[in-house]
Amino acid sequence: MAAFDEQDYTKSFDLSIWKRLGPALRPYRLCFAGMFAFNALCAAVDVALPLLQRYAIQNFIEAGTLTGIVPYGLFYLVVILLQALSVVLFARNSMTIEMSVGRDLRRDLFTHLQTLSFSFYNVTPVGYILARVMSDTNRIAGMIAWNLTDILWAMFYVLGTFASMLLLNWRLALVIILIVPAIAVLTWYFQNRILHWNRKVRKLNSKITGAFNEGITGAKTSKTLVIEEQNTDSFRSLTESMRRSGIRAARLNAVYIPLVLFCSTMAVAIVLLRGGNMVLDGLLEIATLSTFTTYAVGIFEPIQMTAANIAEFISLQASIERVTGLMDQVPQVQDTPEVIEKYGDVFQPKRENWEPLKGDIEFQDVTFRYPDGGEDVLQHFSLKIPAGTTVAIVGETGAGKSTLVNLACRFFEPTSGKILIDGRDYRERSQLWLHENIGYVLQSPHLFSGSVRENIRYGRLDATDAEVEAAAKAVSADTVVAKLEKGWDSQVGEGGDKLSTGEKQLISFARAVLADPRIFVLDEATSSIDTQTEQLIQEAIDHLLKDRTSFLIAHRLSTIRKADLILVVRDGKIVEQGTHQELLQKRGYYHDLYSKQFAEESAAKILQ
Amino acid sequence: MEELQFKLPRREKAALIWRFLKPVVGFFIAALLFACLSNAFHAMTPQIIKVTVDSILGNAAPAEGDWFSSLLPLEALRVDPGRSLLWAAIAVAVVALFRGVFIFGQRYYLAKGSEGFVKRIRDALFGHIQHLSFAWHKAHSTGDMIQRCTSDVDVIRGFVCNQLVEVVRTVFLIILYLCIMFSMNVKLSLISLVFIPIVGLSSGVFYRKISKRFQAADEAEGELTTCAQENLTGVRVVRAFGREKFELDRFQGKNERFSALWIKLGKLLSVYWASGTLLTCLQVMVVILAGTVEAVRGEMSLGSFLAFVTYNESLAWPVRSLGRVLSDMSKAGVSLDRVGYILKAPEEADLPEAQEASCAGDIVFDHVTFGYEGQKVLDDLSFTIPQGSTFAVLGGTGSGKSTLVHLLDRLYDLGEGQGTITIGGRDIRTIQRDCLRRQIGLVLQEPFLFSKTIRENIAATVPGATETDVREAAAIACVDEAITEFPEGYETLVGERGVTLSGGQKQRVAIARMLMQKAPVVIFDDSLSAVDTETDTKIRAALKENLHGATVILISHRVTTLMHADQILVLQDGKRADLGTHSQLISHPGIYRDIYEIQMSSDDRKQMEEEAMEHGGI
Repeated sequence: MAAFDEQDYTKSFDLSIWKRLGPALRPYRLCFAGMFAFNALCAAVDVALPLLQRYAIQNFIEAGTLTGIVPYGLFYLVVILLQALSVVLFARNSMTIEMSVGRDLRRDLFTHLQTLSFSFYNVTPVGYILARVMSDTNRIAGMIAWNLTDILWAMFYVLGTFASMLLLNWRLALVIILIVPAIAVLTWYFQNRILHWNRKVRKLNSKITGAFNEGITGAKTSKTLVIEEQNTDSFRSLTESMRRSGIRAARLNAVYIPLVLFCSTMAVAIVLLRGGNMVLDGLLEIATLSTFTTYAVGIFEPIQMTAANIAEFISLQASIERVTGLMDQVPQVQDTPEVIEKYGDVFQPKRENWEPLKGDIEFQDVTFRYPDGGEDVLQHFSLKIPAGTTVAIVGETGAGKSTLVNLACRFFEPTSGKILIDGRDYRERSQLWLHENIGYVLQSPHLFSGSVRENIRYGRLDATDAEVEAAAKAVSADTVVAKLEKGWDSQVGEGGDKLSTGEKQLISFARAVLADPRIFVLDEATSSIDTQTEQLIQEAIDHLLKDRTSFLIAHRLSTIRKADLILVVRDGKIVEQGTHQELLQKRGYYHDLYSKQFAEESAAKILQ
Repeated sequence: MEELQFKLPRREKAALIWRFLKPVVGFFIAALLFACLSNAFHAMTPQIIKVTVDSILGNAAPAEGDWFSSLLPLEALRVDPGRSLLWAAIAVAVVALFRGVFIFGQRYYLAKGSEGFVKRIRDALFGHIQHLSFAWHKAHSTGDMIQRCTSDVDVIRGFVCNQLVEVVRTVFLIILYLCIMFSMNVKLSLISLVFIPIVGLSSGVFYRKISKRFQAADEAEGELTTCAQENLTGVRVVRAFGREKFELDRFQGKNERFSALWIKLGKLLSVYWASGTLLTCLQVMVVILAGTVEAVRGEMSLGSFLAFVTYNESLAWPVRSLGRVLSDMSKAGVSLDRVGYILKAPEEADLPEAQEASCAGDIVFDHVTFGYEGQKVLDDLSFTIPQGSTFAVLGGTGSGKSTLVHLLDRLYDLGEGQGTITIGGRDIRTIQRDCLRRQIGLVLQEPFLFSKTIRENIAATVPGATETDVREAAAIACVDEAITEFPEGYETLVGERGVTLSGGQKQRVAIARMLMQKAPVVIFDDSLSAVDTETDTKIRAALKENLHGATVILISHRVTTLMHADQILVLQDGKRADLGTHSQLISHPGIYRDIYEIQMSSDDRKQMEEEAMEHGGI
């Protein structure tokens, strides 16, 4: 919804960008051939129809006889049927091209997106990616199919008409062809200006949408500040510039189109004058004259449309660039070819070669900086986490508590140094091998559209219904299900928005439990659950953490206290580490944090 | 949901359109006039050609009722055919010139009218939404409202500015051409006329049939978009479970379905297009054949034949599009309902006796009871906040502390029998809402900043504020330093297109914005929650110095934030659990003392007390 300002691609035509579309189009060569052929047929009929009329005038009206009109009518009918048939066929080919190319582009983009790393997702707004996956692919496919159809038809038609005119009477034909440069000049003059204003209108339009968004989401603030009128005024000036630009764009068109029409009518006038004189001199038949007037009227609109179509088609380059730009994003975290050879990639895993994962994690002299960050957040950091250890990571909001987990889970890789899992550098195994052994519960839990059951089963796709229900029970998620009308088959809505945050958390918890992972990450996972439910969950957590390597990020004190190791993060760096007792005795930063959180938690408990 | 059933009566729909159309209706009338004129002039060219063929190049007697030929000195034309041809060509050119001017007028005035029309709808919607009650905003989803303000407005615009105009123009064109054609040859005209309802109806019916399939395809596209979006927003979950392949399969399933639906739809569409082409071509063919017969029989001259065929062909497309446009128009009704729903919602209104009044004075809550949707949130709450004092509220989630603020700022109004809130002895409902709000500075826990520059955000209530004033406010809120570190300083854009501020920075900018208001009543609704303790203390000290004379209301669950207040209200389940000064509250057992004891370890307490000595409490 937001008005994400798209950057402008005003680069001039660049063939190498267009060539990138080749592989996407190649599989549909036959469709393209069909589209070409039937388009040509269609245009040929359009060129032939005035000739049929000419035939009627010459052979019946001027001859004053009706003999032969029946076969003529039948022939005419056949031509029309041929026309209808070619419309059906080229339209079907075009539609197939549009939908297939669009589908393939979307599939390729989506596939590629599944391999891109968090470093990409952290800095790229979802709307920006989505626009490329959906709108740009649609635009490319649509334009390739239909815009090209229009251009081709017009080309065939105009060329066919010229050929027909030249054959009928080349002298008169040349007179009409002389008008074409005039149209070309007009088009060249107006097209860029029109395009410029259209672009401006589109931009203003997305600004208006953004303004509505802000006007609605910021309503409470506007009210408390009493700036409603001010907002409305600045919105008015926005719509006013939209109005002006809209009129400007329309005015250009309003001048351009009549000019083109005028040119085409001038052609008719010239035909009347020149052709009429030729008729008087016996050099031309009236029937041919009438054919020329028909052609003269019909030929200029396709020329003008084609100019607009071509301009629009060229602007497609921006969409292609956007799509290929996304395809060119290189995943920060990649498996080496040898690893893929042995363990398979994310889409074709070779599970038979996977070693079981125990859960020992070791940071060996790890230095790390975020790809977009300026300084190292970890320097020569070493830490051994034996399987089954519970590690708590504490710190203020935004202090960078997730960094260690991101590294351990290989969402990011160390800038230098190594991370060993079960004693081997994790880069020697595939990402999927590690990821399938991780259970992850987020602070803002994310569910997918679908039923509760499907969402829990996301944790392990081959789980039976009984296993799904058992996992839910283990974390009291069955209490959520009991409240829902359709029980396990209730739909959770888009992003799970039919459930409360607390309910979503319980479901996402059950999902992680079902996965039965060796490594467990709980990211502020119980923050939105009421005290009573939390009690239940707490037991489940204790039960679950047993025998698994787990990371707890910013958790309730009761859980943190029990952790085997506590890492304290400040400004992105680990400033203290140790057990709860050790750290408290240090009276350092952890002590401060702990006291503060303790105070808040207890107050909340008392106030409940 | 009530809005789903909301339907405007037909008359009100018309009235709604008329409200926005009225100021620009002159442009539309002009556009229509020009459109009709351009059609009329377009109809002249075939006549000129006819005369040329019949009377200059040939020698056919004009048919009976041929008004156009009767205007011309046909005999004279044949005297010097070369010269007459020149006149004919000039006539064609002049007609074209006029027609060009009319087309320009049509398009230009239509653009003026429709841009003005749509601007009025947008302005009305935006202004209206700004003035809708807070309760209304809470009850409606942003996405849906935006859709109503954008897509639905576009549909209405299309309806009024394209479809309505197009229908009028086409009907005029059809009538005009039919009149001319009937005057030329009744038999042929009847043949042509037979096809009109067939072409129009078949197009309309077919289109309506397809529109259901369009809907199915649209829904499939919606599902596909949702699927992609969920994958992107949930990328962490996808990766952590290693579900890339599963996701791809799911996406591909929907992707294939969407494409297949469209390809299927395309098959239907191609038949629709082809049948349209076939019907129009058939009509043209039949007219040509019948015309040929007529001409050979001497019922019609060659020129008339040519002109008639041209008119007939010009009819074909408008008739087809008319069928489609008419069946498409039904969509606008739904959009009108959806936009009308917003515009019909009542704006916040003041009582007729409401006046401007100063908010300097004691604030008194007198037996206030309030709730939403039958759920009681505040229960018989009474207290007094003396002018210039600091009043603190301690309460947990759901205790009603935010409602208290909402009521004081009149985001909600108390009804009859729900008690009263007075400032300086005056019921706040009798104070003009804007006047009241201007005098209450409110900082919310999750403040909203507008996507403008930081300077504009801070100076939101004082658009003409000087740089010094803005910086001063920012300095008090301890955010000046952070802002000057941005490359563009105070001119840095906030939001998606600019920098993303941290939660703490946002809160501090919001405090600076509030300070610019120089309000006699200041409320902090948990508004330092994202700021670390050190800065928290610093800001409080700076505020203490700068808010002299203002009544301050603090809401928090941090005792350190509240303890120095002149009075502390402990709120539990919407009821007053306790009220007093810090020392009064810790002198007897209760919630406050419990929390205080937990939150303060013994030496923390000492430290806090020292700090309190240093700054004086706020």
